[in-house]
Amino acid sequence: MIPAAFEYVKASSVAQAIALLNQHGDEAKVIAGGHSLLPAMKLRLSQPAVLIDIAQVAELKGIKTAGSTLTIGAGETYHAIATSATVISACPVLASCTGQIGDIQVRNAGTIGGALAHADPAADLTAVFLALGGTVTVQSAGGTRSIAADDLFVSMLMTALDSGELITAVSVPVMSKGQGASYAKLKHPASRYAIVGVAAAVTISNGVVSACRVAVTGAGPQAVRQPSVEKALIGTSGDAASIKAACASAGADMEYLGDIHASEEYRRAMVKVYAARALTDAVAAARA
Amino acid sequence: MAKITVTVNGSTHTSTVEDRTLLVHFLREQLNLTGTHVGCDTSQCGACVVLVDGKSVKSCTTLAARCDGASVTTIEGLSTDGSMHPLQEGFWECHGLQCGFCTPGMIMAATDLLAQNPNPTDDEIRHGLEGNLCRCTGYHNIVRSVQYAAAKMRGEAVSSQNA
Ligand SMILES: Cc1cc2nc3c(=O)[nH]c(=O)nc-3n(C[C@H](O)[C@H](O)[C@H](O)COP(=O)(O)OP(=O)(O)OC[C@H]3O[C@@H](n4cnc5c(N)ncnc54)[C@H](O)[C@@H]3O)c2cc1C
Ligand code: FES
Ligand code: FES
Repeated sequence: MIPAAFEYVKASSVAQAIALLNQHGDEAKVIAGGHSLLPAMKLRLSQPAVLIDIAQVAELKGIKTAGSTLTIGAGETYHAIATSATVISACPVLASCTGQIGDIQVRNAGTIGGALAHADPAADLTAVFLALGGTVTVQSAGGTRSIAADDLFVSMLMTALDSGELITAVSVPVMSKGQGASYAKLKHPASRYAIVGVAAAVTISNGVVSACRVAVTGAGPQAVRQPSVEKALIGTSGDAASIKAACASAGADMEYLGDIHASEEYRRAMVKVYAARALTDAVAAARA
Repeated sequence: MAKITVTVNGSTHTSTVEDRTLLVHFLREQLNLTGTHVGCDTSQCGACVVLVDGKSVKSCTTLAARCDGASVTTIEGLSTDGSMHPLQEGFWECHGLQCGFCTPGMIMAATDLLAQNPNPTDDEIRHGLEGNLCRCTGYHNIVRSVQYAAAKMRGEAVSSQNA
């Protein structure tokens, strides 16, 4: 299938991409990896008149740590992130999550900025980004602002980004001693999108869980945190019994989607199972 | 319309394409390189995999216009002077295909895989070829074919029996 006709422009800078977005308004879309946008355009679910290609914008590249923050350019591909020595040591969950997305061709194309801007209900990175409590840096003609993970995802495929805004970078905390994070997913066997994916990040101080963030993707219209699980685990030792008890409420207060791949009921059951797996691994990583 | 200059299998082509042209259609319809196949509408089957600047990509989900200045390798570009590439030989020797529809994509994805990992385990081959679907073989002989090629490319003695 072939997309509807559009005008293609290769942007060479963030400023140029933003100027083009403003010039064309709702008619225009940026294209990064194109691995959500082009499939949608081929099915004519999306028909932008102008495509602004940001894949080769050098300002959107780069992976670096400064102090306790790991910052990744929005245009970095999953494969670059999964194989980056900096990411593997600073925030291993991000490397393992990006290494599980789709297949190698998807990972050679798809970008972290595209994944968070698109906010697919079955995306992997949305949950990991929420559990890590990251922030995105966003640029528009009006300047730069940052959006915290908790404020980014608004509803299905909708984020807090305004039209005319570009994600330029994604920041997450560097894991320090006593911190651990993990992502566990039940994957669709052909696309590897999450049927249910759960990300967990914990901090253990003096043998006790002092901080905990858990987020679910795949099961409902958008990635969401699990405050009741988080609260139940904080103050415990994080052993198997406390994880089991905390996960009793996993997925209780959220919306679900059922489809040909899995019913709502099955997803509801799997949220508990994968929450326990993610927490068990996150606690083990925090203790390591 | 976009004017693009792309090096395909070593030769440079300057062409005019519609902005919406997908790389796979440029290769098949403008350059008549029909070894690259289209097997799906959902970017899932991998029949269209080619290398762009050495990396495997799905050419059905890549704009030709983006490839201006890039170097593309397709299945037609693998053999040299009429002798088969070790992967082509491996698929031949180990019965790595039945209908052959998936084979060009499999081989191009395996080219990228072996470039990154010259000595893969069977599991690593299966994982590395996740983006390629085959309706015929059951994958077993595809894994053997890639092992055959890997051994040959490492300079080891090979036969269809030991792969
Ligand atoms: C076969 C297949 C399997 C897949 N499997 C998985 C999987 O297992 N897990 C998973 O999470 N995903 C999966 N994906 C989706 C993939 O991760 C996409 O690459 C990703 O959702 C979008 O990233 P992109 O860079 O390709 O964005 P694009 O498709 O280029 O863009 C997506 C949207 O985001 C906007 N956008 C892009 N970059 C920016 C930016 N910097 N600022 C603002 N807006 C921006 C675009 O305008 C567009 O609306 C799969 C895709 C395919 C084709
Ligand atoms: S034709 Fe199926 S992935 Fe490209
Ligand atoms: S040999 Fe027929 S699809 Fe693979």
